[in-house]
Amino acid sequence: MRKSKLVLGLMALMLVLGMLAGCSGNGGDGGAGSGANGDGGSADGGGAVKGEITVITQRTDIVDTVFKQYAAEFNKEYPDVKVNFQALSDYEGQITVRMSSDDYGDVLLLPTSIPLEDTPQFFEPLGDLEEMSKQYIGLEERAVDGKAYGIPIAVNFSGVLYNKKVFAEAGVTTAPRTPDEFMAALKAIKEKGDAIPLYTNYADGWPLTQWEAVLTTVAGDVDYVNVTQPNTDDNFVPGQPHYELYKVMYDAGAQGLIEKDPTTTNWEASKSDLANGKIGAMVLGSWAIGQVQELAANPDDIAYMPFPTNAKEVIMPLADDYTLGISKHSKNKEAARAWVDWFITKSGYPTVEGGGMSPVVGAPLPETLKQFEGTDIKFELQTPAQPGQEGWVDKIDKDAEIGLWQPDFKKRIVEAAIGNRKESYDDIMKELNDAWVKSRAKVTK
Amino acid sequence: MFANLSYKTQRRIIIIAFSLIPVVLLFTFAYLPVFNMFKYSFTNWNGYSKSFDYVGFENYQTIFTNPKYFSVFKVSLYYFGATFVQMGLALYFATILSFNVRFKNFFKGVLFFPYLLNGVAIGFIFLVFFRPDGTLDTLLQVIGLGHLSQGWLLNPNIINISLAGASLWRYMGFNFIIFLGAISSIGKDIYEAADIDGANRWHQFRHIILPSIKRILQLNLILAISGAISAFDIPYIMTGGSNGSNTFVIQTVDVAFKYSKLGLASAMAVVLLIIVILVTLLQRVLIKGDD
Repeated sequence: MRKSKLVLGLMALMLVLGMLAGCSGNGGDGGAGSGANGDGGSADGGGAVKGEITVITQRTDIVDTVFKQYAAEFNKEYPDVKVNFQALSDYEGQITVRMSSDDYGDVLLLPTSIPLEDTPQFFEPLGDLEEMSKQYIGLEERAVDGKAYGIPIAVNFSGVLYNKKVFAEAGVTTAPRTPDEFMAALKAIKEKGDAIPLYTNYADGWPLTQWEAVLTTVAGDVDYVNVTQPNTDDNFVPGQPHYELYKVMYDAGAQGLIEKDPTTTNWEASKSDLANGKIGAMVLGSWAIGQVQELAANPDDIAYMPFPTNAKEVIMPLADDYTLGISKHSKNKEAARAWVDWFITKSGYPTVEGGGMSPVVGAPLPETLKQFEGTDIKFELQTPAQPGQEGWVDKIDKDAEIGLWQPDFKKRIVEAAIGNRKESYDDIMKELNDAWVKSRAKVTK
Repeated sequence: MFANLSYKTQRRIIIIAFSLIPVVLLFTFAYLPVFNMFKYSFTNWNGYSKSFDYVGFENYQTIFTNPKYFSVFKVSLYYFGATFVQMGLALYFATILSFNVRFKNFFKGVLFFPYLLNGVAIGFIFLVFFRPDGTLDTLLQVIGLGHLSQGWLLNPNIINISLAGASLWRYMGFNFIIFLGAISSIGKDIYEAADIDGANRWHQFRHIILPSIKRILQLNLILAISGAISAFDIPYIMTGGSNGSNTFVIQTVDVAFKYSKLGLASAMAVVLLIIVILVTLLQRVLIKGDD
């Protein structure tokens, strides 16, 4: 009796082991649907495109609502394609880890941390850059050897999101144009005493990276970011765009024009505070305009202005949001391609949910931009890097551990401004510049 | 078939069969990654490229020649200090609750509960707790100590004490439970004998409890100190390492995922592992002296 129990137990164990082995045996391909269809039907006949695709998105907030509607719309045109969604909350962090395997969906956003020259290792080319540029703008950011790998899901512009009413009540009726005017306006709001003049969102960190996006405005030159920057050793010295840009942050902090305790800020709350006039201004990309207006009792109070600059002309830089591409390992590339094109051109995402401009050439300007028609403010795309220098800025940045698009040194600036650090603004800038020079020599040799 | 085998062989087969799965899991999820980490620490891999080069000891050289990477260990001293408070409290509560107290099990639950909570949740709880005019300030006002209010996370001299406090609150329950288990294993008759001899509670603690749980005390101390050196979750969630609360592990994560230097980060992880091993060995040697 006992022995038979043992035998039973052992057999059960073997069974379990067998199942485990079986699992790992066929775990190789993600159990995707019917595989590629061999007859290569052309992409414009929607009925010919079949298969199941997985779309990975960063929009955890609307993945179960708006995206489901997109899928339904898409299926009217392509009835044989099944679209699944996966939303990642920390998109950049999670997707780069997943990309070390072969399983990272069919359609996904190209992570910004992947160096440009590594793009072809992971993504399928979408077509010739020249050919596609007739249809879309902003492809240069993800183009290697004349092939485009990603189409921007929206083209954002960057500047300062502010509450007109708060500024008006403090006696500022026209949008400040220079840093001095901007500071004066913030001081006026502070004296009025009802609102926090400039909110940094220091605790969440990532909103601080939005400052880097307005560098072009401070420079007053579309070449600065990708062309001048990788060829200069004076990136953070006084008089140069970076120094002037973050000086605004430092001065605002030093003069008490930011939140009282930056360490306990809250992003979600800050949006409604700006909408309700408890905050004067925040430096954010255009994608935030819609989000804040939704919360405002009077959406017209929420306005947008270029970052203050001493440059001769005021340029609002247009920059790609994430770009959308197709995984190299996708089993249904046609269906994936159909989704990419449909999503960019027909879903309405870029302007409605993305809060920017549509990357489609000739698309109408979004409402938020119309207010600038007829002013001297220009909207221009940044010049892409010179041939042979693609991705240099990013490489130097990473090697030097500066983190142009990371919150770290912005946080240091705020800490120094409120007196939590012994170092001065100039010390921080000098340290960044030294690191820049050292790594630039390494990268460009 | 199986029944025909000798008892010894049967036993061996069963032992092997039953331990196979845990060993495979352990190997796959503990040893293999560590082994790979050692390998990566000699490369310049960025974390996702298909290719990388071996760079020898360059990563280690970077860590040991650039003071930036080591200066963050200063912050560990706060957690190190908190460790002793944590052990003291845990031991105190464990001793009290091992005697007959009213609502004993309720208190045990209360003290152990924080350890069961998710670290992220605790981070958020303490963000509200330390906020200006938050829970802590309100509490101080209620008991008339409002003037003691500080920028708990704002003042760079206090921030690490606040964070270490949150850490202490979280992990004390774990030490407490281990102590409690150790103390429960002491036989009742020893206490009775001590009672007859006229020993009071302090004497019992000093001469019965402490000697009986010495081994466990050492183990807890080693765990707590390794924890202090590798403090990560609470400061990472609450401040992201800003405002002077950066710890070595947060820095390692930043180097790996913000600056795509996975090779360098692996080397940092190896250095941390070696430090923890050294500290443990040192403790064993020092404590052995009075065995």
